[in-house]
Amino acid sequence: MIAPTCRDLPKELVEIQSTMQHWARHYGLDFFPTLFELVDSEQLSAIAAYGGFPTRYPHWRFGMEFERLAKGYAYGLQKIYELVINNDPCYAYLLDSNSLADHKLVMAHVYGHCDFFKNNEWFRRTNRHMIDEMANHGNRIRRYMDRFGVETVESYIDACLSIEDLIDLHAPFVGRTTDRPDRYAFPEATAPDEPPRRAARFPAKEYMEPFINPLDRTESAVRKPEVEDGRPRVPEEPHRDVLGFVLEHAPLKPWQVDVMSMVRDEAYYFAPQGQTKIMNEGWATYWHSTIMTRHGLDARDVVCYADHCSGALASSPARLNPYKLGVELFRDIEDRWDHGRFGPDYDACDDLRERRHWNTRAGLGRQKIFEVRRIHNDLTFIDEFLTLEFCERHRLFSFGFNPSSGMYEIESRRFDEIKRRLLFNLTNLGRPIIYVKDGNFRNRGELYLEHRYGGAELHQGYAEDTLRNLHRLWSRPVHIETIRQDKKWVVSFDGQKLESSN
Amino acid sequence: MVDKIHRDQGRFRDIVRGKIRDNLRKYLSNGDLIGRKGKQLVSIPLPQLDIPHFRYGDNGRGGVGQGDGEIGRPIARGEGESGPGPAGAEPGEHLLEVDITLDELAALLGESLGLPQIEPKGKNRLERQKTKYSTVRRVGPESLRHFKRTYVAALRRQLVDGTYQPDAPCVLPIRDDRRYRSWRSTPEPDANALIIYMMDVSGSMGDEQKAVVRTCAFWIDTWLRSKYRGVERRFIIHDAAAKVVDETTFFQTRESGGTRISSAYHVAAGLLDGPFPHEDWNIYCFQFSDGDNWGEDSKEALRLLDQSLLPRCNLFCYGQVESPYGSGEFLRALDARFPAGADNLVTTEIEGKEGICDAIREFLGTGR
Repeated sequence: MIAPTCRDLPKELVEIQSTMQHWARHYGLDFFPTLFELVDSEQLSAIAAYGGFPTRYPHWRFGMEFERLAKGYAYGLQKIYELVINNDPCYAYLLDSNSLADHKLVMAHVYGHCDFFKNNEWFRRTNRHMIDEMANHGNRIRRYMDRFGVETVESYIDACLSIEDLIDLHAPFVGRTTDRPDRYAFPEATAPDEPPRRAARFPAKEYMEPFINPLDRTESAVRKPEVEDGRPRVPEEPHRDVLGFVLEHAPLKPWQVDVMSMVRDEAYYFAPQGQTKIMNEGWATYWHSTIMTRHGLDARDVVCYADHCSGALASSPARLNPYKLGVELFRDIEDRWDHGRFGPDYDACDDLRERRHWNTRAGLGRQKIFEVRRIHNDLTFIDEFLTLEFCERHRLFSFGFNPSSGMYEIESRRFDEIKRRLLFNLTNLGRPIIYVKDGNFRNRGELYLEHRYGGAELHQGYAEDTLRNLHRLWSRPVHIETIRQDKKWVVSFDGQKLESSN
Repeated sequence: MVDKIHRDQGRFRDIVRGKIRDNLRKYLSNGDLIGRKGKQLVSIPLPQLDIPHFRYGDNGRGGVGQGDGEIGRPIARGEGESGPGPAGAEPGEHLLEVDITLDELAALLGESLGLPQIEPKGKNRLERQKTKYSTVRRVGPESLRHFKRTYVAALRRQLVDGTYQPDAPCVLPIRDDRRYRSWRSTPEPDANALIIYMMDVSGSMGDEQKAVVRTCAFWIDTWLRSKYRGVERRFIIHDAAAKVVDETTFFQTRESGGTRISSAYHVAAGLLDGPFPHEDWNIYCFQFSDGDNWGEDSKEALRLLDQSLLPRCNLFCYGQVESPYGSGEFLRALDARFPAGADNLVTTEIEGKEGICDAIREFLGTGR
């Protein structure tokens, strides 16, 4: 693949690779075969702009990203150190102007990522042949461009991308619908004598029954879908996968359906990487630092290594560095489980001195972090392992926007505030949670979305422009219900003008 | 693969250029860009270039950070969103700042006004020094310190004098070890241009007229700078007497005296006699006035123009800015004196902001 960039690695890099691979295996990392490619900075910027996939479909936003990256590199503002993609085999890229010490660091780091891709539960449903899939997408989209015009296809992709983040992150684990029913097949009014649908029941011991099959859950499922004017709602329940809903129900041409489904596949493919940014980087950093400091470093590499490692872990006040947070949390977990600082006894202890010197010599640290990397994503990771002691040690704070000064200001150093803020930022990848409430609003085929308000308002300008793009896909008026200044607002776009009402 | 990304980059640039071209008339007349100009880049705010998503506004986008600081300490600037005004009144509010080089902007200007290329007068006698950071020295400012070289020098010194202990490796650079990035300079031939701006600052030129002049000057600068490597500018203001001033003063001064255009011509001719011989320089003169002149002076002014300025200039442009007080008399005098028009003389009337576009086309459309 990628014929023009593929070069055999120089001998010294092959040696480094086999050393690093050996040590990674030695510590129990388990990864797909990993292929390294040596590229120059321009190629690396290009690959990074394509999200790691050189075979990706053409689109101007990749060009925009490339320009940003290439400029940043040229002016010495930023440098991409590692780039690895979740695929079997894993592909990773090395920058040819890096020193050997850097290459060692990057390779050790990459093996951490590869292990994470392969073993973390959230990646289990991702396509492990995405490189091929992306190439297919590229071919199909290029063919559509040849046939219908670059402009047409590209601007249609723009509209699709506007709602690419409106997907259901959990859908891959509960099975997705891929059938596409006829767009005009809105269900008729249900016959009254239709037998009630049975709700799914999970087998449970008697005393667990109310928890596993709670009454309201099963009843609401049995209850007939809400009826309005004698017609059932589409969708029956509010639907989280807005992109999927539009794909199934919007009046699209066959090529448009195909393009949108590609955009959707890619969104689902990339989603776990967004969900595990802190963990993934933390895990890779943990392993590169372990391997490098114990085995990989020669005396001549130390300065370079220390410099670049500290550069990667530096954090600025307004932006929490995921590398830093992740690796420190993993080390904290390892330390706690090594000393037995967990479980009911430890939790119940409120003598600060005793807690500080708590040591049961449990020695479970390594085992625990491997378990954590298997089952958690960022949200559950922070929820489970961010402790009061950790926040204090690392001087974390939460900040928020102060409208009167127009600045972001430090809001609190209280543990619960910090954690709440961090969890909020990680929930749904820090984006608003939006459902399709009605696909046949006012019985006129209009699309009615609902923003589940969680204390933060939508950005008005972006919301309006997103509605415009959504309207291009749906072709009928579109609405979104949200909360603005504690009141319910509905923003609508009917193809001509925007309207807000409350 | 690199080809592919260049195609995408090309698409992106086309979109940017298209958006700028669509809005160029707007940019041309309202002087928006003047404050956004750096040495080589202009940053242009473009509406709706990125792909919109549903996202939180400022009030939802706090976060968690790390470090010291009291509660209430500001750490970053918000992007500022206006409140929920009447919806639909404004198009989407988000803007993307795009940097384009002045050369590109000039090219766009040229494209959209249909401006011809300029042939410089082939004078390559002047040289200028071109500097490039390609060497390391022992002295220099701290901001240019070469960390690695400094460190290596210190390490080497300590190894030599035996103060380096492998067990307790501690390397302390001293003054002598410091290394700094530094430059070399090489001479290059250069084509140079001089732009002389002249403006009447007597009472009848109001702020509105000056804004027009300022915007014109911005675009003239942009265009000529893209054509010549070294551009010098001189600013001359005059009422009854004239003097050379700096750019800020040029646009801010307001006098109340009478008007003698010849005084400005005298000063301009003085520049050409002195520091800027026309054999070495491509000379461009732009004069802005509301057309008032002291009765007897016009004759003298026209004589100077004919004898000492026109023969030595690549181009002499006279822009008469419409003003409620100006009589516009000088333009008539000019046209009467050069009825067939001289090769390198351009005269035009600028009717407020909307006229800027046409004036620039007139001025720069000669290809000189």
